Amino acid sequence: MLEQPTKLPDERGHFGPYGGRYVPETLIPALDELAAEYERAKTDPKFAEDLDFYYREYVGRPTLLYFAERLTEALGGAKVYLKREDLCHTGAHKLNNVLGQILLARRMGKPRIIAETGAGQHGVATATACALFGLQCEVYMGVEDMERQALNVFRMRLLGAKVRPVTSGSRTLKDATSEAIRDWVTNVRDTHYIIGSVVGPHPYPMMVRDFQSIIGRETKEQILEKEGRLPDYIIACVGGGSNAMGIFYPFADDHSVRLVGIEAAGHGIETGIHCATLVAGSPGVLHGAMSYLLQDQYGQVMPTHSISAGLDYPGTGPEHAHLKDTGRAEYAAITDREALDAFQLLSQTEGVIPALESAHAVAYAKKLVPILGKNELVIVNLSGRGDKDVEQVSKVMEVPE
Amino acid sequence: MSRIGERFQELSRRGEKALVCFITAGDPDMDSSEAVVLALAEAGVDIVEIGVPFSDPLADGPSIQASSQRALDGGVTPPAVLDLVRRVREKSDLPLVLMTYFNPVQMMGVRRFADEAAAAGADGVIMTDLPPEEAGEWKAAADAAGLDTIFLLAPTSTDERIRRVAEMGSGFIYCVSRTGVTGARKELPADVKDLVNRIRNSTTKPIVVGFGVSGPEQVREISKWADGAVVGSALVDLIASADGSDSLAERVRAFASALKAATV
Repeated sequence: MLEQPTKLPDERGHFGPYGGRYVPETLIPALDELAAEYERAKTDPKFAEDLDFYYREYVGRPTLLYFAERLTEALGGAKVYLKREDLCHTGAHKLNNVLGQILLARRMGKPRIIAETGAGQHGVATATACALFGLQCEVYMGVEDMERQALNVFRMRLLGAKVRPVTSGSRTLKDATSEAIRDWVTNVRDTHYIIGSVVGPHPYPMMVRDFQSIIGRETKEQILEKEGRLPDYIIACVGGGSNAMGIFYPFADDHSVRLVGIEAAGHGIETGIHCATLVAGSPGVLHGAMSYLLQDQYGQVMPTHSISAGLDYPGTGPEHAHLKDTGRAEYAAITDREALDAFQLLSQTEGVIPALESAHAVAYAKKLVPILGKNELVIVNLSGRGDKDVEQVSKVMEVPE
Repeated sequence: MSRIGERFQELSRRGEKALVCFITAGDPDMDSSEAVVLALAEAGVDIVEIGVPFSDPLADGPSIQASSQRALDGGVTPPAVLDLVRRVREKSDLPLVLMTYFNPVQMMGVRRFADEAAAAGADGVIMTDLPPEEAGEWKAAADAAGLDTIFLLAPTSTDERIRRVAEMGSGFIYCVSRTGVTGARKELPADVKDLVNRIRNSTTKPIVVGFGVSGPEQVREISKWADGAVVGSALVDLIASADGSDSLAERVRAFASALKAATV
């Protein structure tokens, strides 16, 4: 019998050998409280109703499943659809998770919200939701990311959030996450930590996946309506992996659908300057969970690189680690160069500027689609819009005048 | 009985409390670390925690973060730390505890780490991010190797967790004085005494208070109601401020002697 991936995690948050809770004792009771509140919320019709209300009226859901006709023609193979998460309020899928967690924080009576951010998309989503509900918000961000995503720093401040610069270690998402965890350990009694991806200690990977799986549920309904059948491939970029888990999960038991996660190969896997955790890493523990990790022979976490700040992280979600080991999903990596080409390709064929993160998924489609038959269906999860990246890309890419 | 257990028995006979000190192995270098540990032993320190540096120490404040990074920049690896333990063990019977995070241990393999640590002469291990729920495989390996596993309890721990952690841990119970990360502070939180008493209701094992303990005043206060105190960041800062002259061991000895006097 085929395994049913949708039955995981187990009670203690394990996906096979991955996941769990590798955190200081101080946080365990808060994680127990969060897990219990989430279980209560899941069976409370009012919670589902509230979340559905904000998804519809505030995020703008359902997002479109768009047939990319000119891209399909340009690639000359399978039919390509885009799941338009870039059309969500704040420009990416991040708000799906943030709103779910904000509603939980309100149920738990926590007045203070903290978050980490890489590209700034999760930070902006968190700042946005805190403004909506009148909650105090502090976002940890590495100073290197603050520089390459200056616009998002301004957006967060405009929304009333405090942006806390992180100067330790790599000064990117990894250290911003460590700093957010240190804040949470210190202020755990009145603070909820909104983790932005399917990473961290249990129940976060499960909970964030569940909130993001609205993407996959809509996609399934929409593709059945448009094509009368399930797709052959679903492609999504993977840093921590929340947009990918969100679109994969509702298809996990549909074994005819191939799930492909795309990591960032940076300058190329062979150069060692990348952040392709599942493709090139090994099992290890970072930020509270066992998963794949980019580490040296002594278990020290390695420096990473990607042109996309949102993928620039040495770890990944534990459920992805499990999907990789069981073969239910496959993982590949795309270089900075290939992502930039795809950034331009989608802009010019469809008039849609993708986030650099999402451009990695588009770049993989660009390789895969031409070798598929015309009757095959490929869905690319377009997790975010590229406006935030335009300034950065303009410094490294020539466009015809 | 382990060296740690024997030390607590002896302290109890003498009517003293334990002084536990933490240093990061290899900060600024391994020879200095060896000299510092031996100086701590001479000053009467009861247990030394030797930090195995990890790149992402999420339970540590700025002092130990920076210290870990300096050690890693200097090329410190887990086998090199075990070698430091071996060197100290040849010269001293001081109880030694390795303090680290789970990833360097799992990377080496939990059984191999436990066996090699015990063979080098370590007496116990603390892993800040390994709660009892995830510690099954480690605990079996540590028990087989004859190593104590020291678990932490925190102000947020429920009575049920206190019972479980107290039962599973050995050597001593590490009572975290406050919600937060490591780092020297001037004041002790008011509620830490209550936490020690709550833990005392569940166990006869020694209870040692750490996180934010930096000077003799706090050690004296803790010694009134707990079985020992841990000083970490303050010592790490002292070592970091050394100027490379051979007075380091002398300064460490003076610092630790004053702390130890507060436990008597």
